[in-house]
Amino acid sequence: MLLAQPLRDPAALHRVALTIIILLLLWPGLHLAEFNPAVLFETNNRRIMSQFVSSFFPLNLSPDFLKLLWKSTLETLALATAGTALAMFIAFPAALIVARSLSISRIGPGPGRWIGQVIRIPVRWILIVLRSIPEIVWALLFVRAVGLGPAAGVLAIAITYSGMLGKVYSEILESCDTRPARALLESGSGRLAAFSYGILPGALHELVSYSVYRWECAVRASVIMGFVGAGGLGQLMELSMRMLNGGEVSTILLTFLLLVLLADAASAILRKALE
Amino acid sequence: MRPLSILLSIVFLALAVLSVQYLSLDLMRFFAPDSHKQMLAYIVSFFPPDLSSEYLSRIAKGTVETLAISAIGTGLAAIFGLLLALPTAGRLGAILRAIARFFLNFLRSVPELVWAAIMVLAAGLGPFAGTLALAAHTTGVLGRLFGETLENTPPEPALALLHSGSPRMAAFMYGTFPGIFPQLVSYTLYRWENNIRMATILGFVGAGGLGQMLYFSLSLFQQQQAFTVILAMLFLVAIVDAISAWLRGRYIE
Repeated sequence: MLLAQPLRDPAALHRVALTIIILLLLWPGLHLAEFNPAVLFETNNRRIMSQFVSSFFPLNLSPDFLKLLWKSTLETLALATAGTALAMFIAFPAALIVARSLSISRIGPGPGRWIGQVIRIPVRWILIVLRSIPEIVWALLFVRAVGLGPAAGVLAIAITYSGMLGKVYSEILESCDTRPARALLESGSGRLAAFSYGILPGALHELVSYSVYRWECAVRASVIMGFVGAGGLGQLMELSMRMLNGGEVSTILLTFLLLVLLADAASAILRKALE
Repeated sequence: MRPLSILLSIVFLALAVLSVQYLSLDLMRFFAPDSHKQMLAYIVSFFPPDLSSEYLSRIAKGTVETLAISAIGTGLAAIFGLLLALPTAGRLGAILRAIARFFLNFLRSVPELVWAAIMVLAAGLGPFAGTLALAAHTTGVLGRLFGETLENTPPEPALALLHSGSPRMAAFMYGTFPGIFPQLVSYTLYRWENNIRMATILGFVGAGGLGQMLYFSLSLFQQQQAFTVILAMLFLVAIVDAISAWLRGRYIE
């Protein structure tokens, strides 16, 4: 050894301590999560799983099933589109109400100041509540209320996404060039006119672009929501899974991946064209 | 390009009308006086939330279980993601790189909830299935992010060690790892935050946590209990959001 001191790892103590602390913190978690890999190798579970996975191939391409698959795919797309459209209908007026750039009373001490606040704050709160409950929870609630099927999914998407769109729309209306609208408002035009001529021409791109993106998200979400019975591909997959029909599950999974890929590409192309 | 926006809006509206027709949705049905009343009764049945101490303690247990599922799932994913990041970044040859990329893409493109449904078959009902589902999907995400970090990290420190004769493993541990470690931690924490949100709903397919409680209580028509679970979910997500925003503001920038 050339060095006088023995070679010691300068970082060892630090790393070992960190590892021990993390392990100590995670230890109770392992119990709570019922962490037990041995479960995976129990004969019963292993038999079910190996049967299920081995039946993934070949894919189920029988004409009957393909017809059903096609129908579900269309249903998923329709569900996402209708849900997003409905969400836009709710979100747009809400954004007009909430957007500060269209506030007349903000310009000067107008008589409508407190009325504006009284309306604006509850709308903002409603939007927060709508979007902070995940769409699949809404879907579950609506499935119980209106029954199995795509109606629950449409409503769930409409509700969650109106909260998100409302917030983002109002942010877009505030962040774009607001001087034309302000000029209009100051010279006495109404809020709607100031919006249509002062803000919309500049903000339209961004509004449409974000809506397209949300539609893409809705396609993905609608597949997931099917698992609680809200129609579309997800519901089909849940049924096939429950019957342990591997061939159907793998076919649906592939269709789903393809659909998401296509929605992704479509949305990317559209948004690129909008730039 | 304004005409394009207008054209898109019109096409989208037409598609929306077609969709409503295709689904034969009768939107007016929800505004009919009869279903109106039913809907209202359904909403009212959620109030007041069940705040009895006995149920709240079960909620607390469900919340902790949700946190445990997300933490263990993310932890497992960080370990496997790091193991897979080495081949993904091309450190073990081009063939392994392609295989690892494909595998990670596959893990990532199957959504968590679908993984959960599959894992329930493999591991039975309960939180372990949810843990495995989160681990599977998150491994795909973290593996890719870790791999990219590894590719972008400057090679000089490790090269210096290698050229002065240290073994490859030591060169990696002392030349490369300290440089990427903070980035790995930040990615992992970010995914953990995401997974807490996810873990609250994985229970819908039987994978434990708050989601499973919500599913049970709604199936048993115990709306008041269900409302408590929803409140707990909102509370959990709000707290996580606040903590993460605080940490971000404090340690980043």
